[in-house]
Amino acid sequence: MKTEKLMMKGNEAIAEAAIRAGCRLYFGYPITPQSEIAEYMSRRLPEVDGTFLQTESEVATVNMVYGAASTGKRVMTSTSSPGFSLMQEGVSYIAGAELPCVFVNVVRGGPGLGDIQPAQSDYFQATKGGGHGDYKLLVLAPSTIQEAVELTQLAFDLADKYRNPALILADGMIGQMMEPVELPPMRDLSTLPDHSDWALTGANEREPHKVTSFNIDPYGLEEMNKRYQEKYTRAVREEQRWEEYKTDNAEYLLVGYGTVGRILKSVVDKLAEEGIATGVFRPISLWPFPYTRLRELAEAVKFVFTVEMSSGQMVEDVRLGVEGRVPVHFYGRMGGVVPTPDEICSAFKKLL
Amino acid sequence: MAKVQGYIEIDSERCKGCGLCINACPVKAIEFSSEFNSKGYHPAKYKGEGCIACGFCYLSCPDVCITVFHGARRKTPVGV
Amino acid sequence: METKIAFGGPKSLSGKEFTYCPGCHHGIVHRLIAEIIDELGIQGKTIMVAPVGCSVFAYEFFDVDGTVAPHGRALAVATGMKRALPDRVVFTYQGDGDLAAIGTAETVHAANRGEKLTTIFINNAVYGMTGGQMAPTTLLGQKTTTTPYGRRAKNDGYPVHISEMLSTMVGVAYLERVTVSTPQDIRNAKKAIRKAFLAQIKNIGFGLVEVLSTCPTNWGMSPVEAQRWLLENMTKEFPLKVFVDKVGD
Repeated sequence: MKTEKLMMKGNEAIAEAAIRAGCRLYFGYPITPQSEIAEYMSRRLPEVDGTFLQTESEVATVNMVYGAASTGKRVMTSTSSPGFSLMQEGVSYIAGAELPCVFVNVVRGGPGLGDIQPAQSDYFQATKGGGHGDYKLLVLAPSTIQEAVELTQLAFDLADKYRNPALILADGMIGQMMEPVELPPMRDLSTLPDHSDWALTGANEREPHKVTSFNIDPYGLEEMNKRYQEKYTRAVREEQRWEEYKTDNAEYLLVGYGTVGRILKSVVDKLAEEGIATGVFRPISLWPFPYTRLRELAEAVKFVFTVEMSSGQMVEDVRLGVEGRVPVHFYGRMGGVVPTPDEICSAFKKLL
Repeated sequence: MAKVQGYIEIDSERCKGCGLCINACPVKAIEFSSEFNSKGYHPAKYKGEGCIACGFCYLSCPDVCITVFHGARRKTPVGV
Repeated sequence: METKIAFGGPKSLSGKEFTYCPGCHHGIVHRLIAEIIDELGIQGKTIMVAPVGCSVFAYEFFDVDGTVAPHGRALAVATGMKRALPDRVVFTYQGDGDLAAIGTAETVHAANRGEKLTTIFINNAVYGMTGGQMAPTTLLGQKTTTTPYGRRAKNDGYPVHISEMLSTMVGVAYLERVTVSTPQDIRNAKKAIRKAFLAQIKNIGFGLVEVLSTCPTNWGMSPVEAQRWLLENMTKEFPLKVFVDKVGD
């Protein structure tokens, strides 16, 4: 499999990964720190007979994604925290109508206007549901540009597999950073999953298809919800993903995702120089959260130390996973401040 | 020109007794039935004569209850 | 003389009974759209986007592929569909609350982009489904469940003139305001709707027909009285007119 290797900015790598996954439709609205995705798409999509459209708002954007996804084609949008908040109603409709599509949230400091620095304070919104109703997003959190490429492609496959929206939860650093990446080859569009059994394409010599999240009869709506829950149960069983770093004989477990998951590797190395054996558990799928493996690892350590660029959101899932076996401590920075390895090390050592 | 003959059939079950056809009929050939349909409405009813097949009732019906026939009433009308 | 059907229901309707109140004009407009879909032979490639409102069920009344958009977002959903499938016929069916209140931005920008879409906009001056509240097109002085003293400009602003607004948009290819209150009006409305579809089919631009319609239940009138009230009052605020016609005959 011939792959190209080049230096790329995270935002642009994600865009290129989507195109190589067969995505030919992008609707988006400018918002720092991810506008490069839209800019890149506006250059690249015409080169591959794709369609790029800059919209009038994120509300319009998510609904255009709904419309394109309802035709069974691969479609994507990207935004950043305030923009993704505007999309929540649409996300709920997309989940309810069981439409495959990919969202990218390059998270920035919040709440409100916040700032444009990298942050992780949208974890709850992404994993517990920012919109109304019982639905879930398949949420994947990259910590390198290469992983962002791979997870973007995986997001499209999972969205199709589960007929459900998937979300890449990145942050300003991953979006803006440049790193060498190996790009997979262009996917042959004829190999894309076939959704002609439900997609809205015009009832040509077939019964009309109705795609909607609507059902005025509660029992009917409950049946629809049961169908969603079956999918989520399957995803919990099959889609838990994580990375471990030096967890084999760790006395303490550090837990962090995305950018922080990456920083924690340097923390482990630093502490090892001081003879302290720690390891990193880095969730990659934030939903379904990798509770199973976390529970196993928690058995073998004295305590768990969670670090986030927020006031502590994923830490609640860590506590759920650890289930009181050992104490779970937390350290976080807010406002888009990125914690340094040194400050994490000193915060950790205070717990010893 | 000989007056055009026609007649109409009204789906009395689907009719909601709104009266728009009665109001629109230029020859006043439709009236409310004294009976009720299963929805509890007095459906519209063709008086049985006078229809000129102009279609105003069909045009005005919000529930597509009326079929207008051109020509004399026969036991089994020929569909077009 | 051999007896044959002069006027019979269109094929493109699914046969499901309409959920509208007795005398509601939604049903007339539905039939006109279905007749046009039959006549243009596009049933097999038409996709419908229903709104949130009384016509939220409309996607079930037509024998075409359909969905329901979030309130106000039908034209964004339709844009996504049309961009994905440029050779299909995509139309939205929306009420005044959906299109002229929450969905104003989506409407203005779809029109401004000249999206090859067709929109049937039902203006009955109230929010019907939710029980008769004021809509952007409620007339001054008109009583609704949220303007119990009558709409007062000082507090509630003025009736919104969507067709006049959109007529300034270069991307618009066909734009007319009609009513379906008399047989003649109904025939004219059908011609208008057909042209709004042809604006899309002929790839010219955005087509929209604003249909002044009755809401007997929430106006508190009989269906016949409601039609009279509409012709005497609504047409004064909302003159019937062809605003844009780049379709021709």
